[in-house]
Amino acid sequence: MRNVAVIGVGMAKWGELWGKSLRDIFVETALLAIEDAGLDRIDSMYVGCMSPGLFIGQEHLASLLPDYLGRNPVPTVRVESACSSGGLALRQGFIDVASGMSNIVLVGGVEKMTDVNGHEATYALGTAADQEYEGYHGLTFPGLYAMMAHAHMAKYGTTREQLAMVAVKNHDNGSKNPLAQFPFKITIEGVLGSVLVADPLRVLDCSPITDGAAAVILCPLDMAKRMKKPGVRIAGSGHATDTIALSSRRDITWIESTHLAAQKALAMAGRKIEDINLFEVHDCFTIAEIMATEALGIVKKGQGGKAVQEGLTSLRGRFPVNPSGGLKAKGHPVGATGVAQAVEVVKQLRGEAGARQVGGAKLGLTQNMGGTGGSSVVHIFEAE
Amino acid sequence: MSGIIGYGAYVPRNRIKVEEIAKVWGADAPSYKKGLMLEEKSVPSPDQDTITMAVEASKRALKRAGIDPKEIGAVYVGSESHPYAVKPSGTVLAEALGATPEVHTADFEFACKAGTEGMFVALSLVQAGAIKFGLAVGADTSQGAPGDALEYSAAAGAAAFIFGNAPLVAEALETYSYTTDTPDFWRREYQYYPQHGGRFTGDPAYFKHIMGAAEGIMAKAKMKPSDFQYVVFHQPNGKFPLRVGELLGFEKKQIEPGWLVPKLGNTYSGSSPLGLTATLDISKPGDMILIVSYGSGAGSDAFIFKVTKRIDEVRDLAPKTRSLLDANKNYLEYGAYAKYRGKIRKAD
Repeated sequence: MRNVAVIGVGMAKWGELWGKSLRDIFVETALLAIEDAGLDRIDSMYVGCMSPGLFIGQEHLASLLPDYLGRNPVPTVRVESACSSGGLALRQGFIDVASGMSNIVLVGGVEKMTDVNGHEATYALGTAADQEYEGYHGLTFPGLYAMMAHAHMAKYGTTREQLAMVAVKNHDNGSKNPLAQFPFKITIEGVLGSVLVADPLRVLDCSPITDGAAAVILCPLDMAKRMKKPGVRIAGSGHATDTIALSSRRDITWIESTHLAAQKALAMAGRKIEDINLFEVHDCFTIAEIMATEALGIVKKGQGGKAVQEGLTSLRGRFPVNPSGGLKAKGHPVGATGVAQAVEVVKQLRGEAGARQVGGAKLGLTQNMGGTGGSSVVHIFEAE
Repeated sequence: MSGIIGYGAYVPRNRIKVEEIAKVWGADAPSYKKGLMLEEKSVPSPDQDTITMAVEASKRALKRAGIDPKEIGAVYVGSESHPYAVKPSGTVLAEALGATPEVHTADFEFACKAGTEGMFVALSLVQAGAIKFGLAVGADTSQGAPGDALEYSAAAGAAAFIFGNAPLVAEALETYSYTTDTPDFWRREYQYYPQHGGRFTGDPAYFKHIMGAAEGIMAKAKMKPSDFQYVVFHQPNGKFPLRVGELLGFEKKQIEPGWLVPKLGNTYSGSSPLGLTATLDISKPGDMILIVSYGSGAGSDAFIFKVTKRIDEVRDLAPKTRSLLDANKNYLEYGAYAKYRGKIRKAD
């Protein structure tokens, strides 16, 4: 297996991009990554996108995206694993380069979510749950995560305020990210007073509906060194699945797929979780970040709420989590999220993260999750 | 100079509270009250429609204008809830007022700005010298689909304005319109309830057009927000008009007199026109008033009015708008409301 480097990253402003279509968003972002990499060759592309069929009535992105990027006949794969589509696309691109099949791979993620109304978007996202055992009974993702939150609160004493602290921290970080959808700070009182979505989750506990894309360019590490590009290596990649229905899990306060994916990625990288300097995790809801920090092993089971309260996961804490603002403040265009996490970590390891820079960061980790944890992808990046 | 010579308002006495609607749908009432800044909305009785409310408001406008209805050369009704798809509302109104047969009549439809469209045309015909007096009404018995966010705001009411050259209550100094093809809200023929684009109705729709029209008319008139005593914006909910006012540089005290929506709901074509009637009710001679409507689809009409001394003579000749909001209210439960609005029908 060859060592794989990230030699280019691209991301533009996220938000409600009423004036742009999916292809516009993807092409704009892919060109940024290509420009950043400083090369004019792509051997293959992997693009994470969860549900263009339901969001914009368009499938066959494998033809559309290289077409509008002016890159036909480059072989292109659209990768779908719900909200972990982007992370999984990165893993497929990594495997392609590591195996020697391709040298230069563009990994993208894109979602255009605002062409449909809120009900239709909720339905499209809901297809990531078990339709027969969850969706048809009226469950949506806020409802599923609300049950996980209630269970975590009952089992470990996690408080409503601790959930709010996750959102406050991520907005604080996001206020330093000009590409974020919501680059402003919020308060605990603001979260607690926001509109109730699914008890105990309020609207400021939830990641938003977002249009956006992200892209990275991968190549063999040797090639990156010859090109004298600021080097970031993908040191570890882990992927695991779990039952799609929450009701089939042994413990709904624990995300086993994230735990297993992290173990694999750490083993590949030859690292311990304590070695990692910063984390981009899948905070689709505030409770999800708390559970992710536990499943990754940053803190012990049940200690995720306490960790955020004590500042362990804040930007200047021992284990900074979501310096980009996370899904909460940066936005959550589902297929793009996993790739955007990689973009943030690469920027951090290059020392290009501006006001939200984690000082001296050498190792960063991304955790991207589908559904309620039915799939998880973890990557570890190391500055060369 | 031309302008308003008489104005009148009408609001049905029935009300339904946000809590009552939320209770039926299992929705979180505080969220709607805070999120949309709505408390209650007006509901028409079963025997009321756009035409009956237009007649009530127009009679009050005639009282303030003190003119012979026969001298009205144009009668325009703006609404998205005309009782008939084919057959005008304006003819019934003109007949009821005694303005027929020597009168030009037309119905307007442009989502929530149909009322100001009629005002725009009536004023223009007076300015052109084609007619002596012109009547324009914005009236709606608007519908929101059961359980939809619109159900908390869709209300009923009417405002009527008579335009002429004298005796002026408010002189029209400037007009301006801002229009684009923006599909944020629509109802196809044979559909009972409108559909909307959710958050798309915000920034690219309401805010873009109101700000475009407000900035356009102020540039044309070489005026700035502080030059106005009062400003009235279309009010689909409580939040939007306050927010757009803030973005344009107006203070809350300039908006508040015409900000009826928390207790009235969104009367669609009657919304900003009713806000103007409430503002005229409390204005003083010399006051400058800016009104900017908004209609989905989408466009905004803007007018600048300067209030004359005659306001003091006509103000009390008909009920003031705030008094219609606050007095003689009849609170409905959802069942009666559903019957009144035709959401449920008695079996034959």
